[in-house]
Amino acid sequence: MSYDLIVIGAGPAGMAAATTASTGGAKVLLLDDQSTPGGQIYRAIETAKDAEAAILGDEYMAGQPIVRAFRAQGIDYVPDAVVWQVSEEREVGYSSGGRAKLISAPWVILATGAIERPFPIPGWTLPGVMMAGAAQTLLKSSGVATEGAIFAGCGPLLYLVARQYLRAGVNIAAVVDTTPKANRMGALPHLPHALLRWDLLAKGRRWISEIRRSGTPLIQNATALKVIGDKAAQSLVYKTADVDWREIKATHIFLHQGIVPNVNLSMAAGLDHSWDNRQLCWRPLTDAWGCSSVSGIAVAGDGAGIGGGLAAEAGGQIAAIGVLSAVGKLDAQASRDQARRPRAQLAHEHHARPFLDAWFRPASDMRVPNEDTTIICRCEELTLKNIRDTIDIGLAGPNQLKSFCRAGMGPCQGRFCGLTVQELIARETKRPAALVGYYRLRPPIKPLRLEELANLAIDDLEGDDAGQDR
Amino acid sequence: MSGAYDAIIIGGGLLGSAIGFGLARQGLGCVILDEGDTAYRAARGNFGLVWVQSKGIGKPVYADWTMGSAELWPGFAQELTERTGIDISYYAPGGIEICLSEAEFDERAQKMASLTGHQNGRFSHQMLDRKAMMERLPGLGPDVVGGSFSPHDGHVGPLFLMRAMQRAFVDLDGVIRTDSRVHAIKRDGDGFSVETPGGTVTGGKVVLAAGLGNKALAPMVNLDQPVYPLKGQVLVTERMAPFLDMPTTHARQTGEGTILIGSSQEDVGFDLSSGPEVIKRIADRARRCFPVLSKARIVRTWAALRVMTPDGIPIYDQSETMPGAFAASCHSGVTLAATHAMTFAKYVADGHLGSELDGLSAGRFDV
Amino acid sequence: MFKRLHPETDDEITFDFEGTSISARPGDSVAAALLVANIDTFRETPVRGHPRGPFCMMGACFDCLMVIDGEANQQACQILVSDGIKVARQLGAAKIINDSETDDEL
Repeated sequence: MSYDLIVIGAGPAGMAAATTASTGGAKVLLLDDQSTPGGQIYRAIETAKDAEAAILGDEYMAGQPIVRAFRAQGIDYVPDAVVWQVSEEREVGYSSGGRAKLISAPWVILATGAIERPFPIPGWTLPGVMMAGAAQTLLKSSGVATEGAIFAGCGPLLYLVARQYLRAGVNIAAVVDTTPKANRMGALPHLPHALLRWDLLAKGRRWISEIRRSGTPLIQNATALKVIGDKAAQSLVYKTADVDWREIKATHIFLHQGIVPNVNLSMAAGLDHSWDNRQLCWRPLTDAWGCSSVSGIAVAGDGAGIGGGLAAEAGGQIAAIGVLSAVGKLDAQASRDQARRPRAQLAHEHHARPFLDAWFRPASDMRVPNEDTTIICRCEELTLKNIRDTIDIGLAGPNQLKSFCRAGMGPCQGRFCGLTVQELIARETKRPAALVGYYRLRPPIKPLRLEELANLAIDDLEGDDAGQDR
Repeated sequence: MSGAYDAIIIGGGLLGSAIGFGLARQGLGCVILDEGDTAYRAARGNFGLVWVQSKGIGKPVYADWTMGSAELWPGFAQELTERTGIDISYYAPGGIEICLSEAEFDERAQKMASLTGHQNGRFSHQMLDRKAMMERLPGLGPDVVGGSFSPHDGHVGPLFLMRAMQRAFVDLDGVIRTDSRVHAIKRDGDGFSVETPGGTVTGGKVVLAAGLGNKALAPMVNLDQPVYPLKGQVLVTERMAPFLDMPTTHARQTGEGTILIGSSQEDVGFDLSSGPEVIKRIADRARRCFPVLSKARIVRTWAALRVMTPDGIPIYDQSETMPGAFAASCHSGVTLAATHAMTFAKYVADGHLGSELDGLSAGRFDV
Repeated sequence: MFKRLHPETDDEITFDFEGTSISARPGDSVAAALLVANIDTFRETPVRGHPRGPFCMMGACFDCLMVIDGEANQQACQILVSDGIKVARQLGAAKIINDSETDDEL
């Protein structure tokens, strides 16, 4: 089986890209690591009942038409496929059913989305502490929630999940908001443009009012957080601009301070990336069609830059139209015409972005902690002190740090420490974060068994009955 | 005339760090000029073996130099740990090369015999049959026919080693300058001046230890260092409970519990290809040796560009037209770290290389 | 403690957690099922022996590693429950199970 295009990720960008490309006559393979489509934002969308619509909200239900169109197209779709490499020659390595496979195509679209930014506070590794996205996943995928939890941090997702909890009738102990008041000045210049999406801003305000009206304590301007507990989380202590340390008892604490592109695959594939100082993250360099610095590889969705589900859908469509043009299924004029509507959607989704990014910019103390005992690298259990002690010998950067103390060498491959380490080095060596750089990432970007590599079927790189693996 | 430093070492990898440490501990004021964080770093792909068996078969000069280093290693490791408090995970229980066929075994036996022969009893080894192998190594696969054991071998954490050498160097007032890729070396009176993006650095001696970079630098001091890159791959598993305490050429378990699997530079049959075939071969061989590793998860791979010379053995030289300029290139930066720090650095401090290194000059390539 | 928002169901799956029988539903990840059963600690870390539980629930953090049906380092949030599976906390680094020897590691 020979494909024109391999799409990686079945979130809105991936589904939209696959659907558009397939509709346009391209032979498409979609690989995704979950059992059902939807990515993070539309997780479990196919089995969502009406009762869920009321809890999870309209933004979530907006995923239904996307997934329906995807299924209707009958694209070759392999769920439970963990992609561990994409080479610069567009050789995609993935594991499915305990077997590693390789498949190539002239075009690959990476649509692997975003992850939550690390939130290194003292005690963040204790059982019971999770990211807010985890709370949302548990709600969407399994319909489970926990009473008396604390939501702490900043950013729209924090309020969204808290509101989803309240709508589900689940009590929250408190929402502790770490959005720095100082952000407001920096955000104001972006407000006029953001007002083009006053609907979004109004919606955000409604979420916050809902939380307040529910009687849930909403504590603002928190400047420091710690999780207290011996073998598991027992409480959260916080300080605000106005009050000294206060404690709220809770065995489950959900943290969130924004999402960032999940760059492990795009970096390991050799794509050029740049540091976005507004969103404080790395993004692959892409052109107006989503094409990267590596020929034949495009990136769409939050993995190219944070924009949300509808922006991701538009980005996926645009990238697919670009591919259709590249493989000769659309001429230049037709591709420009078809891309018009998604480009308008993309612009519409991005109007409020600069304002939101500025307003919800996490405080630098929350991005890089100050307490020596705070764990920075969760996998290798390295504290702030361990890492600081390694920075002193004229350290060149995060890769030398990694090789000296193992930060970033665990299975998460820096997903939960890379940004912290980068900014920590920047702070300690007084260099801009952009110049400090990031861990050099290589495949496999997800672990796979030795036997899978030993059994790798190399001969047929054009396809390995991929479409039949369901 | 003396410059700002007694010695400038170009390259902050395994060679530069070892030589720098060795010079600093003799009291020389030194600077290491290093390219920076994204520099191709052969050290990062190093398997970590301190290996004698396999070295210098048919090349006595190299075999002797290697054995000398292995003998210095325990004292060197101890000194590093005492100076810096850094645990470099050095263990020397001996080492085994596993043979997966009778043909491999016979070839190995011949090589070991020749090594023992020309080393006059300094090198000892044992050929182990399958039964003897099973007494030393756990969970061996059915394909294992036997192997060679050498009591002189061991292993170390190469990155911890580098960190410790650099720490010790800095503690001895050595200076490390990063983002300092050297683009010119000139004579400056009796010393040298070296050009970097950050400016000119002057010193009485200069040591070229820049790995693949030595090729372009050597002519600047009228030397020749014909090195070229040869790719090697290493697979790393997640941390595992203690399983393998004796290092082997294709798999070893590190101090932190991860298992390294690879075509180490000790492998005489170098893989010239790159890509999935190589990884498959490496994985398959490891699985044949230790089937119990089948389900171990690979979490990382390292690719290394080995600093290879035309005959696979190191090149050490001193410039005749520019005395005080030295160059060193090799792919066994770990095994030779001890002798680089203790012996080679002494030669550099004395101003001339010892006669034991005569056969390792680049002159041997001019036939 | 995590609870189900829709407790009524026909479909039940039972699996084993360290000798205890746990109920779950089709589509639950092992992580979700354990959280509902009030189990928050899934492993102890290899270096310091610290307790850890699920953190990101999306397969990115590798904190929810457990021993499932004898295989170590399995991400509990990525594996769906099925009848009769055996789940245990992973205490320390993954152990190699060597059939040809007794259980003493070297």
